[in-house]
Amino acid sequence: MTEFEYAPALESTSILNLQSDYNLFINGKYVPAKTGKRFPTINPATGEAIANVAYADLADVNAAVAAARTAYQKVWSKMPAAERGKYLFRIARILQERAREFAVLETLDNGKPIRESRDTDIPLAAAHFFYHAGWADKLDYAGLGANPKAHGVVGQIIPWNFPMLMLAWKVAPALAAGNTVVLKPAETTPLTALLFAEVCQQAGLPAGVVNIVTGDGVTGTHIVSHPGVDKIAFTGSTGVGKAIARAVAATKKSVTLELGGKAANIVYDDAAIDEAVEGIVNGIFFNQGHVCCAGSRLLVQENIQDEVIEKLKRRMALIRVGNPLDKNTDLGAINSAEQLSRITELTSTGDAEGAERWSAPCDLPSKGYWYAPTIFTGVSQTHRIAREEIFGPVLSVLTFRTPAEAIEKANNTPYGLSAGIWSEKGSKVLWTANKLRAGVIWTNTFNKFDPASPFGGYKESGWGREGGRHGLAAYLKGGKN
Amino acid sequence: MSRIDVMKTYKLYINGAFPRSESGRVYGLKDAKGSFIANPCWASRKDLRDAVVAARAAFGGWSNATAYNRGQVLYRIAEVMQGRAAQFADEIVAQEGLTPKQALAQVEEAIDLMVWYAGWTDKISSLAGAANPVSGPFHNFTTPEPIGVVGTFIDAKPSLTSLVGSVAAIIASGNTAVVIASEKFPLTAITFAEVCATSDVPAGVINVLTGKTPELVGWMGSHMDVDAVDASGLNSKQLTELKIAGADNLKRIHSFKSAKSPERILAFVEYKTVWQTVGI
Repeated sequence: MTEFEYAPALESTSILNLQSDYNLFINGKYVPAKTGKRFPTINPATGEAIANVAYADLADVNAAVAAARTAYQKVWSKMPAAERGKYLFRIARILQERAREFAVLETLDNGKPIRESRDTDIPLAAAHFFYHAGWADKLDYAGLGANPKAHGVVGQIIPWNFPMLMLAWKVAPALAAGNTVVLKPAETTPLTALLFAEVCQQAGLPAGVVNIVTGDGVTGTHIVSHPGVDKIAFTGSTGVGKAIARAVAATKKSVTLELGGKAANIVYDDAAIDEAVEGIVNGIFFNQGHVCCAGSRLLVQENIQDEVIEKLKRRMALIRVGNPLDKNTDLGAINSAEQLSRITELTSTGDAEGAERWSAPCDLPSKGYWYAPTIFTGVSQTHRIAREEIFGPVLSVLTFRTPAEAIEKANNTPYGLSAGIWSEKGSKVLWTANKLRAGVIWTNTFNKFDPASPFGGYKESGWGREGGRHGLAAYLKGGKN
Repeated sequence: MSRIDVMKTYKLYINGAFPRSESGRVYGLKDAKGSFIANPCWASRKDLRDAVVAARAAFGGWSNATAYNRGQVLYRIAEVMQGRAAQFADEIVAQEGLTPKQALAQVEEAIDLMVWYAGWTDKISSLAGAANPVSGPFHNFTTPEPIGVVGTFIDAKPSLTSLVGSVAAIIASGNTAVVIASEKFPLTAITFAEVCATSDVPAGVINVLTGKTPELVGWMGSHMDVDAVDASGLNSKQLTELKIAGADNLKRIHSFKSAKSPERILAFVEYKTVWQTVGI
């Protein structure tokens, strides 16, 4: 039989206007860090530096917070809400207009497949601004009673897995509710946030309403502990989330946290197996598994385990791993050398603890950071790969016999962010959804996101929601209670 | 010669029973005029842990009870409180130094507050839930669910309305409660426990401890099976201690000014969003 190979279909980077050095965005202007210090941002698909980015120190954070405070007091809080909303509509439109540029830059800086940045990250980011734009003059109906108030200056710290989308999740509701923002993108993925600053300029957003400071975890702690910041919104690891909770314990700062997860993806024996296999693949291999809500624990009913695993392996062998800029690529690069070593270390415990590893046969590029799509079978609940977030393209497979056992195992985790259910029986699906202790539950689908849909976790997966009316409320203060 | 009163032994309330503190400790309580009135139990860390175990065990049944059923159970508490109004009033007079008339007014307010929360149980979801218009073939809905085991530190004054406002709001949505009574004014809390024991509240849904607040703040904060805390009865130093200890399992910690607010109920729910695929 003749096999037809895919020809390379590379997305051009000529749309980008890359600079060798990037500055901070404070008070409406790009400014260098006061120390002049810079750090490189790496293309994880090649391991080569794309550009140098300004490193924000305490003095820069101070300047950003001061700019945000002035903009809040003098401009943003005084502006009619409908006008505020119109700025957000403008931003949404400009993001749509420049979507291709953003997608290419995101893929370059993050390593995710262009198919995902083009079809998921950037369109959803624009949708978040469009959705929240409409809230700006309707805050009385957000569920907190009449005349809810903004917090003031919001410090926002976002992760590297969906850089632009997480920016939109944070900035759009914050501005709609009337806050001003100091945002720190992740150390390894600062570029789309800095391009977003240009969008703010094009939209004519008043200076200081959005400030972007690039840096590392230390920069983040300067934001968290800054007395001029009224509210913290953080997405990242549960460990850092707990540190933030401690750091603000003695203050009146309001905090929302979107943290880790170890989602169960439950496949019952009455599921449509082929659809479920697609869902399992999407659940764990979407975005290289760098997803806090990834379906990283497959719970498959014991009597269909063999069939599901066989079909899953056959499907995984078809996953195209490689150049993220290739439009045919399914699985891109691991975001950083550090993350790759974390995945390697944690999966090695899977081998050591007795689980059976299988990786899809694929040629990994010689340069850059890569990990083949991998599953572990024979995983028990006590294995580290069943309990800890791997944050990579690695699936742990566990089995169950009864629905009650599925629930017991699914809920046996300190996390509670998301879960999946696969069954053709509607009442069983809803029974299962009711019993799962998780904030987002996908039934016969996985990894779906929408600005109208609240997202966030139970237990150690965080505080609060993002998206929908419930997410908006986190950026407002009610008058009573 | 006048009759000698039968004095009451004030005990803890854990899992529907009235044990003494396992520590064997009590602390002498004086009334507003300085005379001895009781030896309430001085609860230990172990008592707190026992109460959490009971509350966790009761959570499954209580959270799965229908909202209508929970509403009737709350209303039943109000009915039994009404029958005990005089006793509550006497305790408030002794503890808080109010006049009998003022004390009775507080009791009546507390009973009405319980009735108010009873009416909330089957309305929370309609108020706080949502059907979300997502772009795609999905029915997407968000519903509030109880968080789990909620601890609460009760404000000293007014002791009974503070207690009812906190506990009723916690259990209305299906949470179970571990109540730390006001250290200064614990008597109404124990009488309230007796009300719970003689109404329809399942064992473990409400547990009441008396003792020294500063001793229990850290243990409540660090207990990994407590999901949330109503910290309304704590001072700012205690609140900070609770928050630092509570970060270990990211406890949801909230304080409230008003005893009567749906915000109290909504603070102790989690929002679950379900994406249900639509298709043929």
